[in-house]
Amino acid sequence: MSLLSVQGLTVKFAMRNNTVTALNDISFDIGQGERVGIVGESGAGKSITGFSILNLLSRPGYIAGGSIMFDGQDLTKLSDKQFRTIRGNRIAMIFQDPMVTLNPVLTIGQQMVEQLQAHRRVSRKDAEIIAVAKLREVYIPAPEERLKQYPHELSGGMRQRIVIAIALLLDPQLIIADEPTTALDVTIQADIMELLLELCESNNVSLILITHDLGVVSQMTQRMLVMYAGRIIETGGTREIINDPQHPYTQGLINALPQQTLPGEKLRQIPGNMPALSAIPPGCPFHPRCGYAVPTCRTVRPELRRHGGSDVACIEVERLHGTTPHKVDYA
Amino acid sequence: MFAYLVKRLFQAAAVMFAISIVAFAIQDNLGDPLRELVGQSVSEEVRQQLRDELGLNDSFIEQYLRFAGRAIQGDLGTSYFFKEPALDVILRKLPATLELVFGATVIIIGLSIPLGVYTAIKPNSIFSKVVMGVSIIGISIPVFLTAILLIFFFAVELRWLPSFGRGDPVHVFGYWETNFANWAGLRQILLPSIALSSIMLPLFIRLIRAEMLETLDSEYVKYAYAKGLQTRRIWFVHALKNTLLPVITVGGVQIGTMVAYTILTETVFQWPGMGFMFLEAVNRVDTPLIVAYLIVVGFIFVLTNTVVDLIYGLVNPTVNLSRMGA
Ligand SMILES: Nc1ncnc2c1ncn2[C@@H]1O[C@H](COP(=O)(O)OP(=O)(O)O)[C@@H](O)[C@H]1O
Ligand SMILES: [Mg+2]
Repeated sequence: MSLLSVQGLTVKFAMRNNTVTALNDISFDIGQGERVGIVGESGAGKSITGFSILNLLSRPGYIAGGSIMFDGQDLTKLSDKQFRTIRGNRIAMIFQDPMVTLNPVLTIGQQMVEQLQAHRRVSRKDAEIIAVAKLREVYIPAPEERLKQYPHELSGGMRQRIVIAIALLLDPQLIIADEPTTALDVTIQADIMELLLELCESNNVSLILITHDLGVVSQMTQRMLVMYAGRIIETGGTREIINDPQHPYTQGLINALPQQTLPGEKLRQIPGNMPALSAIPPGCPFHPRCGYAVPTCRTVRPELRRHGGSDVACIEVERLHGTTPHKVDYA
Repeated sequence: MFAYLVKRLFQAAAVMFAISIVAFAIQDNLGDPLRELVGQSVSEEVRQQLRDELGLNDSFIEQYLRFAGRAIQGDLGTSYFFKEPALDVILRKLPATLELVFGATVIIIGLSIPLGVYTAIKPNSIFSKVVMGVSIIGISIPVFLTAILLIFFFAVELRWLPSFGRGDPVHVFGYWETNFANWAGLRQILLPSIALSSIMLPLFIRLIRAEMLETLDSEYVKYAYAKGLQTRRIWFVHALKNTLLPVITVGGVQIGTMVAYTILTETVFQWPGMGFMFLEAVNRVDTPLIVAYLIVVGFIFVLTNTVVDLIYGLVNPTVNLSRMGA
């Protein structure tokens, strides 16, 4: 049985004039110890997916349908009080920018102790001992002294290590990491990812890794979801998708990678932009940017179905292989 | 830390310098000191001679330097009306004013923090809407009107509280007289304190509410929820602490400003402080007293600002005082 099973998750934002759909019928499973990547351009709905699992959508977002089964209970049906026993305890989250996630006026020690005490009956002394042990696990030098420091006294990389230590503090079953290295210096991004991978493996923790970096996904995860305009448009084994992407959008993402570009050549970006939630086109949401689009793509909404090594939402997928894309006129 | 302190004191001295120039310019332009000294019957020749002797024909700069030199030694001239050093007159009135400001500050802090926080946490509750509505009205009613209304209802109609004066304040530490030592004194100071706080209180409520809303929307508050903390801890530890830090700076400055607002309140309530004294001094064209008042109020203002800045540096961990001096 899988640890987390999301079925038909739909999230809406009640805006002043209309209600927009940010997530449309999202379904996926994660087994214990499994690592799943969520990729897609900015605005695809990756963060919303992560936040809705912990019921942390900011106003005016709300879960409009679907279920989120976690270890046998439906998270969408929990009271606030019940949810508190899940958050930070059994499911931990790592936010994008460590410069703004830690509270600037509380010491590292206070922020670690408070979380332990929120979920367990421990004295401050004992909590500090656990905190120091966790800081050591993420290779923080002189951990006892860190407890007395404030976030601004530490570098970005150090802070994100601390956030990872806080995520592991209560030995959760699942960690949701939302672009955990995007805000960091390039030189330390790989170190942080390696640390996260090592800790997830050694503790048998499941991981949802949200990123727009396909290189990171292929290194870190076993399965992946590709999202576009609030939908999953391709999902399957990470290796299968990276080696043989089915959806034109996934292909476009892979072709745009710097490694796919010859020296001196321009990056092959997908033309156009992700549509705003209020302006998602009918039919396949990707069709205005797609080099393979045929007239039916403008009207028929594609469902996920098996093709090649993955499940893909494209009605034309059978014809893609061997066809050359036409030029997209994107205004 | 030391470098920062020196820098801050230097700034304070610069502001005091500006205030003293303005105050002196007023003295220079307001009334003729000779009229006060010798009356009408003295001839023009004698007047000129006196002017020379008093240095009134010297250049503005020379006169200012003399004035500033005396002021630094605590000599702010002699009140025409009281016939005693202006500073002595003011220092005698100072406790009444400071107690009034203190009373208003207690009311402001005691009410604005809970109300500001509550209206931010429960923005849609009826109580919050009432508080926000009343605060708008409170801002727009002038202090003297609030004062008169308070007197009308609580003193004249209901007869709950006295309408004017300080009553019989209790002597403490020899010099100081206080209204906070007994029930009668507190009754006396209650209405004036409410009146004085009536402008600042709504501003503070709105300021704290705005800051609190902003912090509640921050990433670290969302993160605190993701950690599974109690909502109460998130509100009152994670959000409130960050809310109050900027409020300290703005708030401290406003308390300094309140010393000046006492003029109206003291006048309506016949409160024997420096504000009331200042208005009387203006009526009597008691120039030395007016100038001394301006300098003392300016000094209090600069002092509160400096102290508030230093306190802010001490309580905010992200401000490193030793680095700020550099
Ligand atoms: N609080 C909000 N109100 C309205 N729209 C929002 C809000 N938060 C996110 N959105 C919209 O939801 C979509 C998905 O956002 P997000 O999940 O953050 O994308 P990403 O894949 O880059 O993480 C975006 O179009 C974004 O504009
Ligand atoms: Mg995001």
